[in-house]
Amino acid sequence: MNLCLLLLLPLAATLLVCLPANKYWAPGVTLVSSLMILVGVMRLAWLMAAGQSVMTGWNTGLLHGLTVDGLSVLILLLIAFIATTAAIFSIGYMEHQILTPWKRRLYYANYNLFVFSMLAIPVLVDPTLVWIAVELTTLCSALLVSFENTHEALEAAWKYVVLSLMGAGIALFGFLVLFAAMQTSGRGGAYTWSGLIAAAPAMPPVLLQAAFLLILIGLGTKVGLVPMHTWLPDAHSQAPSPVCALLSGIETTTILYVILRLFPVLHAAPHGHADIWAMVLGLISVGAAAFLLLQVSDYKRLLAFSTVEHMGIILTAVGLGASVAGYGAMQQVVSHAVTKSFCFFAAGAVLLVTGTRQIAAVRGLIGKSPLAGAALIFGGLAITGAPPLAVFLSEFTILKAGLTARHYLATGLLALFIVIAFFGIMLHFNRMVFGAGSDQASPEGAAFPARRGNLPRLPWSCRLALFVAAAPVLVLGVYIPPPLQNLLTQAAAALKG
Amino acid sequence: MTPWLDNLNALATGLFLLTAFGMVAMRQVRGCLNLFILQSVLLAASAVLLGLRYSAGDLYGVAIVGIVSKVILLPWLLRKTAPAEIYTRREVDQVLNIPTALLIALALVILSYFLALPLLNAVAPEFRGPNLPIGIAGLLLGAFTITVRREAVPLLLGLLAMENGAFLAGIALARHLPLLVELAIATDGLIVVFIVGVLTRAIQKQVGTTAVGEMAHLKETPAGGEAPR
Repeated sequence: MNLCLLLLLPLAATLLVCLPANKYWAPGVTLVSSLMILVGVMRLAWLMAAGQSVMTGWNTGLLHGLTVDGLSVLILLLIAFIATTAAIFSIGYMEHQILTPWKRRLYYANYNLFVFSMLAIPVLVDPTLVWIAVELTTLCSALLVSFENTHEALEAAWKYVVLSLMGAGIALFGFLVLFAAMQTSGRGGAYTWSGLIAAAPAMPPVLLQAAFLLILIGLGTKVGLVPMHTWLPDAHSQAPSPVCALLSGIETTTILYVILRLFPVLHAAPHGHADIWAMVLGLISVGAAAFLLLQVSDYKRLLAFSTVEHMGIILTAVGLGASVAGYGAMQQVVSHAVTKSFCFFAAGAVLLVTGTRQIAAVRGLIGKSPLAGAALIFGGLAITGAPPLAVFLSEFTILKAGLTARHYLATGLLALFIVIAFFGIMLHFNRMVFGAGSDQASPEGAAFPARRGNLPRLPWSCRLALFVAAAPVLVLGVYIPPPLQNLLTQAAAALKG
Repeated sequence: MTPWLDNLNALATGLFLLTAFGMVAMRQVRGCLNLFILQSVLLAASAVLLGLRYSAGDLYGVAIVGIVSKVILLPWLLRKTAPAEIYTRREVDQVLNIPTALLIALALVILSYFLALPLLNAVAPEFRGPNLPIGIAGLLLGAFTITVRREAVPLLLGLLAMENGAFLAGIALARHLPLLVELAIATDGLIVVFIVGVLTRAIQKQVGTTAVGEMAHLKETPAGGEAPR
């Protein structure tokens, strides 16, 4: 599939959902476009894994073309998969919000634009254009975060926009310094990711370091690295659940991908100290998130903190050394994305059944809605890395690589924090699902628009989305198909440079 | 002819720094907007002067795109999206009082000179000039503006001032940035204004205030407790 087509599909879907039609039109168009993207990307990944040369999009001098390698195809695959499952989940879930035709169009138009902006990040190769795509992800998702239009949702959206854009301003300066470093190096190639790697050995180390740190801090704000994470639990808990799945499951990872693109550049330079920064910042994020998890009272916030933790794990893994832990880091990217999106679907199902986001208000869920309860406990086990699920396998790979590389302290701390997070999450989820106690009327009920809460049965689309999303969580824990394995190896190689 | 241009550029960047200070301290929302427009004009002026000085044609593009987007389109768009009475508002209680805020701002400017020093030493002499340190100062002061202001529009202007600062440094360092990128960044700035304007309107309707800095519902509450309403 031509890469331009890949970007044009969600844009076309955005225009189509704006047409006035009955209530199945907008969700249908979104689902069809997501499925087409998924099929296209899977074909792309298949070709890539088979080692065939992959066609690129139109190549003008202005854009330096659109190109993909193993790393970007991996990210594309995850975006396409989660966009599809979230589109399925949205059908039933969003109908239980007050949806006027206008609101429905607003939701699906923003949804498709948001998917477009995320798909643009891996296929663009000019870092300044990637920066613009990053900005667009913030701007397209802002109105999705504030969609429920409550005080809390608006406050979350405001914090999200202001902090992300502040970070983006710092990152912009970083990308401009990087451009200057490239020009000073005297190796006048195009300003692309591969051009940067070629120019890196001749760049002034000060400029390269400064650019790396500015971008790490700037984009790290949007990834949710501690201490720039403060907006993340708010935005990722207040948005409608399918949007949370996109935000937490894949948007953070997509932005992290941009940071990861800089690692081969710094490895190619003589004095690049990217690894130690990544390891320190990563461990701080994992540690802080593991302890912050313990005291939350809202189960969607709990999952949002878990995202901060997992971003930290990925960054730490990259910091352990791309040559040893690169494969594990890529595996973690995949397992986190599929598992976290599943968790948010489960949380959305619980929200539909109980009508509250408070942990304390949900007890004995398994008796009330076996499917939602089972999904929540399964999601909790999966995201905290219980065997034999996907996250367990990837975390195990990372820890093993850390020990092989003789980073005993970092690996030990990482393992400790993962265990703390396991207990933090499972304690809450266990009480919610199996705990005895009165299932009191939700204290937060008023925050919910009408028609929500106390649904006797989950809508069929939510059930379907849960089953589809659970499949890779289960399968990837025991078996990684050879094409995916190839793709992961290629992605890890791209990380090494 | 070149010392003239250098001196004029120093003047433009110096005034740029002053407007950044003004945005920290100015209480009237409308005054803040006017300062931001002035700052954008100065950014364009600096781009033109550097373009003349080093005969870099791309910088004229930067100036034109900047003037059209930030001086003409942006205030118009802001007026269209954000609630109208926002302009007449005056912030009485800021997070810090004005003298303290200005002192901290001064310290930030000194810090930015130190931050810029190693970068200036690394680049060729022709890239050295007042743009880089003042650009970094503009970036930091923009971020500082965001932390001390509570009204929605000054916060938005702080965000855009950060971008202006990044650009003032950028035009000195990266003279040959493609025009397409310039256009895309300018469009992006307009989308920022649009989205923030829409959010501000929604907040004003739902919460009844545009002092967004005072919203503090989202916090960790002790387990079992109710969220404050």
